Amino acid sequence: MKKSPKIALIGNPNAGKSSLFNSLTGLRQKTGNFPGVTMDKLIGKWNLETGTEAEILDLPGIYSIYPKSVDEQVVINILANPQHPDYPDMAIVVADASNLKRNLLLFSQVRDLGIPTVLALNMIDVAENSGIVINSFKLAKELNVEVAEVNAKKGIGLNGLRLAVNKTLEQRFNSNDSLPVEYSPELIDEIKEKYGDTDDYHALLWLSEHDNLKQFDTEQRVGFDKLQEKYGWNSKKFQAQETVSRYAVLNEIVDGCLHQIPVEDEPVKTWTDRLDKVFLHQFWGYFVFLGILFLMFQAVFTWAAYPQDLIDNGVAWLNQYLKDTLPESQLVNLLTDGLIAGIGGVVVFVPQIVFLFLFISLLEETGYMSRVMFIMDKLMRRFGLNGKSVVPLISGVACAVPAIMSTRSIGSWKDRLITIMVTPLMSCSARLPIYTVLIALVVPEKSTLFGIFSLQGVALFGLYLLGFGMAILSAWILKVVLKAKERSYFIMELPSYKGPRFKHIMISLLNSTKAFVFEAGKIIVAISIVLWVMASYGPGNAMQEAEQKVKTENPTLTGADLENKIAAQKLESSYAGHFGKVLEPAIKPLGYDWKIGIALLTSFAAREVFVGTMSTIYSLGGEVDDENTTVMNRMRAEINPETGKPMYDAALGFSLMIFYAFAMQCMSTLATTYRETKSWRYPAIQLVYMTTLAYLSAFIVYQLLK
Amino acid sequence: MRTVADLKIGEKGVIVSFSDELLSLKLLEMGCLPGTQVTMTHIAPFGDPIAVKVSGYVLSMRKDEASTIVVA
Ligand SMILES: Nc1nc2c(ncn2[C@@H]2O[C@H](COP(=O)(O)OP(=O)(O)OP(=O)(O)O)[C@@H](O)[C@H]2O)c(=O)[nH]1
Ligand SMILES: [Mg+2]
Repeated sequence: MKKSPKIALIGNPNAGKSSLFNSLTGLRQKTGNFPGVTMDKLIGKWNLETGTEAEILDLPGIYSIYPKSVDEQVVINILANPQHPDYPDMAIVVADASNLKRNLLLFSQVRDLGIPTVLALNMIDVAENSGIVINSFKLAKELNVEVAEVNAKKGIGLNGLRLAVNKTLEQRFNSNDSLPVEYSPELIDEIKEKYGDTDDYHALLWLSEHDNLKQFDTEQRVGFDKLQEKYGWNSKKFQAQETVSRYAVLNEIVDGCLHQIPVEDEPVKTWTDRLDKVFLHQFWGYFVFLGILFLMFQAVFTWAAYPQDLIDNGVAWLNQYLKDTLPESQLVNLLTDGLIAGIGGVVVFVPQIVFLFLFISLLEETGYMSRVMFIMDKLMRRFGLNGKSVVPLISGVACAVPAIMSTRSIGSWKDRLITIMVTPLMSCSARLPIYTVLIALVVPEKSTLFGIFSLQGVALFGLYLLGFGMAILSAWILKVVLKAKERSYFIMELPSYKGPRFKHIMISLLNSTKAFVFEAGKIIVAISIVLWVMASYGPGNAMQEAEQKVKTENPTLTGADLENKIAAQKLESSYAGHFGKVLEPAIKPLGYDWKIGIALLTSFAAREVFVGTMSTIYSLGGEVDDENTTVMNRMRAEINPETGKPMYDAALGFSLMIFYAFAMQCMSTLATTYRETKSWRYPAIQLVYMTTLAYLSAFIVYQLLK
Repeated sequence: MRTVADLKIGEKGVIVSFSDELLSLKLLEMGCLPGTQVTMTHIAPFGDPIAVKVSGYVLSMRKDEASTIVVA
């Protein structure tokens, strides 16, 4: 036996491959109860027996070895190419026992590729609930493989699986040389002669899928085309015939091994049937969906407020404590007013982000997500999207980067491209802190809508809806511009509802929250330091001149008032001030001054630094009194020098919110768009159209409310 | 010619053939084989897409896709 055999987990989408991967390796690959969660391969380690550690490869789900979308193509590129570095020594085909026949189609294809295979029967519990009993001993005999019953979610049956795997690895594997379909042996011989010796089924797979297989270059592809012509080969016909004859064989096997109680005509009424009566209802379906979303935003705003207050007070206390104990210096100011206030500005939003992630993972884990795809497909299609675009759009509320990756399961390139282009308009979690601060400044806290919903929560819900509305509007415009007539389809399994595992949800919450805090934290610390330097020093002796100027212009001023005036003048004369001033004429029509200009500059690459920048700028720019320790209080105290009224009034507040809602201020998203579209054109378009949209909308809002 | 798209909720039909070659492969792979029974289970708001029970699970598809599956 090889020292560390490579074992690939292969199976239909949603069969439980990633759950099994997690149980075997102890890692935390993302799972979810809808087809198309895993989008790329992931490798982990599993102890087979002392001394042997297997490499486990988790892959996207496939229905057959003939791929229909980009995520499926990843798997076929590996399976079709025995020279591929990830080509497995063995496969565990994970099958959903509640849907055995369809799952076995793929099993039989993988086995015919000559890959030693073990069948893992998963979701036995689900099968039993709908009255299905499977005789797995008989099945093993009929299929001539080792079969292991497992519960991937709970990690039951792993020892049986280990035994089956060990046994299979030790045996010499005899590939099945009688394929259940007809083909010409001369054709096979010619393929083998030209493209290297292989088994018949690989040769046929190459012939019918060569256009999409990475292993072949253009010349080789042309060669395949010629062969197809010579032998009058029709790939689609062959694949259809193959599928039908495989099912014919499997039908008999399954009928002999599977027992359904009661008879097929009157299946057991399951929970899924009952729930779907409401969730997929013509009217109640939408009602429930909107209700769930609304609840989510109320939770984010109102329930999270209590832990947020605690954190806020904690940060303020820490800052005050440090200021009181450490000697007064510029560096201490950087630490307290810049760094700690900036990081506190992010940490304070952790409770909100936790609630947001919690709701999204509940949608994904229960199976409700695919119902949303179902009821939204028609609406989405009108705007050039696809029911499957719902997944990226909803997970875009957390972060656009994984959301854009999840578009890989969308079969049509046009639908997928449009979805990629508009997903960043969904309000991601990095925008949440900005919204929260600004809403708290301009929307009265105590007001309610109809006496029950907090107006601040409603405003937040409105901003998210606005992002969604703009996303589908942009999609519609793209649809008109692209005019692509590519065919898209929506043939998709609706999985049964499954109860979420509390422990899994908690762990994934913890992980995503940690990632958010650390990723955002790193950027904020880096940018805060740069900003502090830029705001504390100016060209030449600009800083001394600023101090001199204030002193000569206000000879009567003394004490704290004088210090504040000097600090404000210094900030204005610093490098950062200069940059802000350069930008000012361009953003004046949106109601922004040069200080906000600095924030726009710093948040160009990552919008989460907005709050941190604000805290640094307003702490350096004067008015340092003890009560204004939090960012929000400082912004509230800011006076507009032209009107003498508070700077952050409704007009400016909403103008800023709209700007941040639409602007493309995220390098990682642009990089992901580049990776997924393989062209600089699309991220460039994204940057230009979103920034333009942000500018124009903020302009209109400000001019209307002013 | 009756197709899956013509079924009412709760109505059953047996697949006879497909009228679209490109789609038929995907449908076959998903277990919609000639001779199997399909039951219409859900129709989305606005009448499209639809969901059917076939080979023991629920499969959703658009109306124009359903209309390529001829049933008896
Ligand atoms: N009841 C039950 N649920 C399971 C079992 N195994 C997995 N699940 C659930 O089934 C759903 C799908 O599991 P995943 O592991 O994400 O499936 P996958 O095969 O990786 O799916 P894709 O990545 O989309 O191809 C999740 O909600 C799991 O919690 C099981 O044995 N019993
Ligand atoms: Mg997976």
